Amino acid sequence: MRTMVPVDRVGIEERAAALGKRSIKADAKRQGIRLATSMIDLTTLEGKDTPGKVRALCHKAARPAATLPDLPPCAAVCVYPTLVPVAREALRGTPVQVAAVATGFPSGLTSLAVKLDETRETVAAGAQEIDMVITREAFLRGDDARVAYEIEAVKEACGPAHLKVILETAELGSYDHVRHATTLAMEAGADFVKTSTGKASQGATPGVVLVMLEAVRDYVQRTGRVVGVKAAGGVGTTKQALHQLVLVRETLGDEWLRPDRFRIGASSLLGDLLLQYAKTETGRYGRPGDFPKE
Amino acid sequence: MSPRLTVRKTYKAYIGDAFVRSESGRTDPAHDHQGALVANVPRCSRKDVRDAVKAAVAAFPGWAGRTAYNRGQILYRAAEAVESRGDEFVAAAVRVRGLKEKAARAEVEAAVDTLVHYAGWTDKIGAVLGGVNPVAAPYLSFSVPEPTGVIGVVCPPEADLLGTVAAIAPPLAAGNVVVALLSERWPTAGLDLGEALGVSDVPKGVVALLSGRTAELAPALAAHRGVDGLLDASGDADLRGELGRLGAETISRVRHVAPAALAAAETRLSLSRIEPWTELKTAWHPVGA
Repeated sequence: MRTMVPVDRVGIEERAAALGKRSIKADAKRQGIRLATSMIDLTTLEGKDTPGKVRALCHKAARPAATLPDLPPCAAVCVYPTLVPVAREALRGTPVQVAAVATGFPSGLTSLAVKLDETRETVAAGAQEIDMVITREAFLRGDDARVAYEIEAVKEACGPAHLKVILETAELGSYDHVRHATTLAMEAGADFVKTSTGKASQGATPGVVLVMLEAVRDYVQRTGRVVGVKAAGGVGTTKQALHQLVLVRETLGDEWLRPDRFRIGASSLLGDLLLQYAKTETGRYGRPGDFPKE
Repeated sequence: MSPRLTVRKTYKAYIGDAFVRSESGRTDPAHDHQGALVANVPRCSRKDVRDAVKAAVAAFPGWAGRTAYNRGQILYRAAEAVESRGDEFVAAAVRVRGLKEKAARAEVEAAVDTLVHYAGWTDKIGAVLGGVNPVAAPYLSFSVPEPTGVIGVVCPPEADLLGTVAAIAPPLAAGNVVVALLSERWPTAGLDLGEALGVSDVPKGVVALLSGRTAELAPALAAHRGVDGLLDASGDADLRGELGRLGAETISRVRHVAPAALAAAETRLSLSRIEPWTELKTAWHPVGA
C-alpha cells in the first residue's frame, strides 16, 4: 500500500496565489527578466520540426535579441532526439546546453528496453540533458517500484548527462499524487523534477509548482542532495515567469535562483520577456510584433 | 414603506470588448455641474493604456480586412444602438452638465448623425482619395487608401457624447482601430457610449474608451510603439508639445485639432477628418501593348 503525505489543497492554492500578487517594479523586474531569460529551456517539440527551425531556435537561445545585447543567453535548447546533432552543431562554442526528450515522449508508453536504447543513443548523439517521462500508467496503477526502477535505469543509461524527470502533473489527478511522484523521482536519482510535457491541457500551474518546490525543500533538508525544478507548460508571459521566481525564492531561497537549479520550459515566453525588457531600456512599450513569437 | 436608496453607479472602462475596472483599482468621483456626486469612474493607469493598445493591435487586421461595406453596416448599427438609448443620453446631459433639454437633445441627435455620416463614408473613401494615376508608360498605376493602424485619441476636455463620437468615428470609418482617452471633466457620457458599443456589432478591441487623468495617460498613449497615429483634441498647448515629441520618438503621426472644430457641424463632418488616418498605397500594373 502506498502512503502519501496529504497536501492541503486550499492552503497551497491560496499561498501560491498570494505570492503571485507581489508588485515587481523597475530594477527588480529588470533583474527578474534577466534571470528568467537565463533559465529558459527554449523548446520545440512538434512533428513539423525541421533542422532549419531548430537552428533558428539555437541562434535565438545563444543571443536572444540583437537589439538587447546585454541579455544573457538561455539555459538550453530542448528538442526531439533526432535533432540533437543539429542543435549541438548550431550551439558549438556557446554556453547553451542541448536537452532532448527521450523515453517515448510524450506518453512514455514504450517498453523499458526501448527507452534505455533511446536514452543511450540520444546521449551518444550529444545531448547534455535528458528529459524523460515517467510511465503514468504504472504510477496511477500504484506500481511505485516500477516507476522508481525505470527512473534508476534511465539515470544509469544517461551516463554523464543530466536527468530531468517529467511527472506530467496534469495527468496525476491530485496534489497528493504530485507530491508523492516528486519525492519518488528524487529518491530514484532524478537531477531535476519537471512538471509537464507541455502536451497536456494544464502545465506548470502555480499550485503544482509550489507543491513540487515544497517536496524538493523537504528532500534537500533530509538528504542534503541538491535537486532542481523545471516548470514547463503554460508559462507564457513575463508576469507568470516572475511569479514562478517568487515561488522559488520564497520556498527554496536565493540559492535556487540559478539556471542549474531552476528552469522554465517554454517556447513563447521569450518574446514577452524581450518586449518587457525593451520597455525597461527605452521607457516605451513595444508592439507585440517587435519580437517574433517563435 | 421606506424610501428607496439611490443606486450610485460605478462605471467601468471599455477595453477589448469587456468592461473592466482599472487595473490599478483606483476610481475618481465624477461630479455634475453643481458639484454633486454623479458616479464613480475608473481612474485608468498606464497599464490599462497598454492593455487597450494590445487589444487594438490584435483587432486591427480583422477590422481593416473587412469589406468597407461591412464596416459601414457596423458603424450604422452603432448609431442605432446610441439612438435607442437617446433619452438616457439626453437625461444624463441635462442632469450632469446642466444643459437645457432642447440643447441636450440636439447634441445627442448630432452624435447619432455623425456616426451615420461616417458609416456612409466607409465604402466611398477609396473612390475619393484613391484613383488611377496618369503615367507615360504602358502601365496602369493606381492608388488605394489603406488604414494607418492603431489610432490613439485624446478627446476634447469638455467632450460630451458628441465630442467623443466626432473624435473616434472618422478613424474608424477608414478601417483604423481606436484607443480613446475620455474627457477628464465629463467622462460618464463616453463610458455610456462604451456600454452602447458593447451591445452593438463593433468587434472586440476595435474601440477602447478609458477614463482617467489626461496628463497621466496621454503621454503613455503617445509613447507606445504600437500606436501608429494620435489625434490630439485636448486643445492644451503644453500637452501639444509633449505629445508631438513622444509621437515623433515612436514614429506615430500626430494631428492636433481644436476642440471647437469637432463641435461645429461644418468642420465635424468632413473628409479631411478621415484623410489623415489613411496611407496611400500606389501599385503599378503592366497593361497590354
